[in-house]
Amino acid sequence: MTGNSSKVWMLHLALLAVLFSAQYWLSPYNVTNLSRIMVLAVFAMGYNLAFGYTGLLSLGHALLLGAGMYAAGLPAQLWGWSAGPAFIAGIAGGGLVAAALGLLALRTAGVSFMIVTLMFAQAGYLTLLYFAPVTGGDDGFAVVATSRTLMGFDLSTDTPRFLAALMIFAVGLLASLALVRSPFGRTMVAMRENEERSRMLGYNPFTVKLAALTISGLYAGAAGAAYAILFGYVGASFATIQYSILPMLYVLLGGAGTTLGPFLGALLMFALIEAATGITTAHQFIVGAALVVLVLFAPKGILGTIRERWVRWLP
Amino acid sequence: MAALIESRNLALHFGGLKAVDGVDFTLQPGEIHGLIGPNGAGKTTFVSLLSGRRLPQSGTIHLAGEDITRLPAHLRVRRGIAYTFQITSIFPRLSVFDNVALAVQSQGVSDLSGKTLAALARVGLEGLEEQEAQTLSYGHQRLLELAMGLALNPKLLILDEPTQGLAASEIQGFKDLVRSLVPATTVLLIEHNMEVVMDLATRITVLTFGRVLASGTPAEIRANPSVQEAYLGA
Repeated sequence: MTGNSSKVWMLHLALLAVLFSAQYWLSPYNVTNLSRIMVLAVFAMGYNLAFGYTGLLSLGHALLLGAGMYAAGLPAQLWGWSAGPAFIAGIAGGGLVAAALGLLALRTAGVSFMIVTLMFAQAGYLTLLYFAPVTGGDDGFAVVATSRTLMGFDLSTDTPRFLAALMIFAVGLLASLALVRSPFGRTMVAMRENEERSRMLGYNPFTVKLAALTISGLYAGAAGAAYAILFGYVGASFATIQYSILPMLYVLLGGAGTTLGPFLGALLMFALIEAATGITTAHQFIVGAALVVLVLFAPKGILGTIRERWVRWLP
Repeated sequence: MAALIESRNLALHFGGLKAVDGVDFTLQPGEIHGLIGPNGAGKTTFVSLLSGRRLPQSGTIHLAGEDITRLPAHLRVRRGIAYTFQITSIFPRLSVFDNVALAVQSQGVSDLSGKTLAALARVGLEGLEEQEAQTLSYGHQRLLELAMGLALNPKLLILDEPTQGLAASEIQGFKDLVRSLVPATTVLLIEHNMEVVMDLATRITVLTFGRVLASGTPAEIRANPSVQEAYLGA
């Protein structure tokens, strides 16, 4: 157990070290891409905690991403908040909306849960459009430069932006690793595996799932806020159904219920779309075909399959 | 002595089927109480009402004087009522350790590993903790289910047909284990194996058609003509 434990932490720290070094050997264009991937991976890690570990198949996570983005972007826009407080407001926004969503949607389960979360996300998107004079609607708005500085660093420039994205990603990754290896992580998995048995072991499934969904929302909020601050754009397009589907695809590709799967999935999907865009305008088709292959031959995703076949200790 | 569990006029009907139909039942602390009756007599439904998996349509349940009739199942577990499932209900894809640890940690996380291993050792599953639960033999899965119940440190342990599917050699070990639980834990045992019930139970209640037909010591139950007629067939 302890041997595996140190191996697990070493593996995660090694990944972070490689990512840190990437700024020295990747082209500036790809460093920016990697920053974007890490922010999207934070979103996917949060999705993974709800879906991969707790078994909550949500189709409404775009609502939480949008909540974080606007909770950070609007105070910056309206009241000139700086990056630090705006980021914290974004995390809180994601968590609060997730808790409210959970209080209502967790009365259902399975397919009904998917539909109810989808419905709330659509309602959220339409609300953003309705208040377009404030939210900017589909066009969105650019985040003012003064709100994109943190302790003197200009987060709109390559290196500070990359390091900020890496920092958020690192905290998110290590926190999710610590969480899934904690007693509460075990309880989350128990909800996924056998809810009725969990109840008869003294757990209230509703509160456990609500807590997991709220944590998931904190991640989504952090990702949305980071996107607003690091890339300087806030818009309702991030609250569309597409952004509910994306984290699911990342997680399924990388491996649901694995700590590194969300990052791997986000990285590969991003690379796949880049490559496909170079070949054909129908890049969505290639992405779709890749997913069909994945579901047919590796339904547990890349890391899920690796864990099952070869590396049992992978968290 | 005050009763540990007391049900009064407890009833649950499914349409025209009177699964539990006005049951008065008392469980004294420290006893091993056998619950027997023909198939469909309402035994499992009755203990579902005690454990909170189902709510009754009428009647009351008291645990050590407290009215728990409407209390949700997970809160009854926290008050000391543990239920082990008739059809083995474990977490098949989790390790044996994690299965039992889930029961232990719902009581608190101090010395999680030690308490988990102790519960496994108590049922004789030591050394298997790393194994995935679904790869255990059926007999071992029954024992795992029992270890999860014990790990809850219950006041009342409800065992729903625990020896079903166990080999004769395993049954002796099971009987010794149940005897070792009392009087710290009170045991309510649903069992089809008459030999096991007559041997273990200090008192027995017989259910038929959702009603209590008789209640008493094993000797009284054996001698009761209506029980013989309805159930024992002797």
